[in-house]
Amino acid sequence: MKRNILALQSEMDMIFELSRNGRSGYQVPPTSDQLPEFEIPQELRRNAAPRLPEVSENTTVRHYVNLSTRNHHIDKDFYPLGSCTMKYNPKVNDEMSALPGFAGLNPWQTGATAQGAMQLMYELSDALLEVTGMDDITLQPAAGAQGEFAALLMFRAYHQKNGNPRKRIIIPDSAHGTNPASIILAGYAVTQLPSDSNGLMDTEALKRALDEDVAGLMITNPNTLGLFESNISKIIDLVHEAGGLVYMDGANLNALMGISRPGDMGFDACHMNLHKTFSTPHGGGGPGSGPVAIKEKLTRFLPVPVLTKTKAEFAWDWDRPDSIGSVHSFYGNFGMHVRALAYIKSMGGDGLRAISENAIINANYLRKKLSPAYQVFVDKPCMHEVVLSGNLQKQKGVRTTDIAKRLLDFGIHPPTVYFPLIVPECLMIEPTESESRETLDEFVEVMMQIDREASESPDLLKQAPYTTPVRRLDEAGAARNLNIRFYDDIR
Amino acid sequence: MNIPANCLYTKEHEWVRLADGAAVIGVTDFAQGELGDVVFVQLPPLGSTVKQGDSFGTIEAVKAVADLYAPISGEILEVNSVLDGSPEVINREPYTDGWIVKIKPTSIETEKSNLMTPEQYKDFTSA
Repeated sequence: MKRNILALQSEMDMIFELSRNGRSGYQVPPTSDQLPEFEIPQELRRNAAPRLPEVSENTTVRHYVNLSTRNHHIDKDFYPLGSCTMKYNPKVNDEMSALPGFAGLNPWQTGATAQGAMQLMYELSDALLEVTGMDDITLQPAAGAQGEFAALLMFRAYHQKNGNPRKRIIIPDSAHGTNPASIILAGYAVTQLPSDSNGLMDTEALKRALDEDVAGLMITNPNTLGLFESNISKIIDLVHEAGGLVYMDGANLNALMGISRPGDMGFDACHMNLHKTFSTPHGGGGPGSGPVAIKEKLTRFLPVPVLTKTKAEFAWDWDRPDSIGSVHSFYGNFGMHVRALAYIKSMGGDGLRAISENAIINANYLRKKLSPAYQVFVDKPCMHEVVLSGNLQKQKGVRTTDIAKRLLDFGIHPPTVYFPLIVPECLMIEPTESESRETLDEFVEVMMQIDREASESPDLLKQAPYTTPVRRLDEAGAARNLNIRFYDDIR
Repeated sequence: MNIPANCLYTKEHEWVRLADGAAVIGVTDFAQGELGDVVFVQLPPLGSTVKQGDSFGTIEAVKAVADLYAPISGEILEVNSVLDGSPEVINREPYTDGWIVKIKPTSIETEKSNLMTPEQYKDFTSA
């Protein structure tokens, strides 16, 4: 096997421990005597200087470079984290967003001095509308969950305009956790429906749940089991007949591009995760970008400002009396708009379709190769991700969490585990299109070895990982007694 | 797995034990094992009423958050305040110190038939 267990990675000092009194990596320029006088109110002044680490520039650079080698990221190795689309992000997209004309923009600039940036946002909007088959769009939301929230506010405004905001939103039991959270934030109650025996939305249960109180349905397609909702047109028709609206959680759009469009399926709104499908490095805490595309009936409710184009110029339209208001300061996370358009333009329409096709092929390749050892939850052709159950390994005394921890010893990021909640001992694997057959084969070999280890030496797996700087963490302690401060006396 | 003989059980893995006109309620050993380390329990207000099958709180573990469903209808007489500071007691002693709420049952005789006996629950969890 090409892929061996890694060498032990040592622990590192924290940047605070590297600090030495008076050491510095940066020279602050002398204060200009042109600055206006400004007295900071006494109650806002600190009593003591902040205790920031005092380190030289090379110590700082080495510290963070070393830290990055102990972390896991897509530039380092395979990262099959289901529902997160951890694909490789071509560096050219980063280069484009770093161009001084883009990176140096100030959000307070007038539209007249930022026409190029506005044109870019307009072209990105057009491209995303073509991918989704929708009528209109906002680029504002900062992530998928905020996109959901913005769309649900538009649903509420739509129903309110028709005289009754309604009370409930329906989701399947395989929904992402953000869906019920967005529903509650938008002031609705959650109605959760069980999936049918094929892991799809149960249309009979849906029929029974629909009434005049239902404001809409949120559904992920392909769903979190990696399955295409084959009854989607019927499902959407049922909700529409009951006067509700239908939202597509676009987390799994990477499976659909150029093949099938939410707008054509009949959805009223959907978000896209630019950081997943359209290539921005993510997983480190942000930024994200979750544009929402909608049908024409929701256009009047779009967040302000709306980007418009006249013959002469691009402009921001704030005069939208029915708007739900802004959901992000200024115009969204613009650097990601640049990356997304660079990615779309360099791939082209055929390229986007090839991305989705290869994402689907890769997931099905893993499904077939892993099925001799691992239970496939719904053993049918899947879309861009495959959901396994660790039930067979559980019978040997090994839990999914042990399998996940053991993968770290081989330098592979574990799949999403214990989600969706309806799958016991769940392992949700999304290889993405950007991995080669060789990488997939190596992953399969490692997974097969872990299955053999589960039979032969289950205790070995229960103690894994062995090679990481820190091993099993006290997860409950971290949730109950979170303390991330360095100095004891400011706890 | 521990399934005490003096409790009745639900499909959602709660147990209920009747004593002195009150019903003590918690989650089963199987449930705590599936959830993993419990980090937080959200409890209902005293005096509130719950209906059989309704959610009356949530239990948050490292792996997942789950609703707590009332095994029977009634009024909340008491909540286990130990869970506020030490929710991990549910992992250690799910049937004793890790109890969650006490309820004054209102229709226990008719609702009993919706609950599982220890034998039925054993079959249910091994299926």
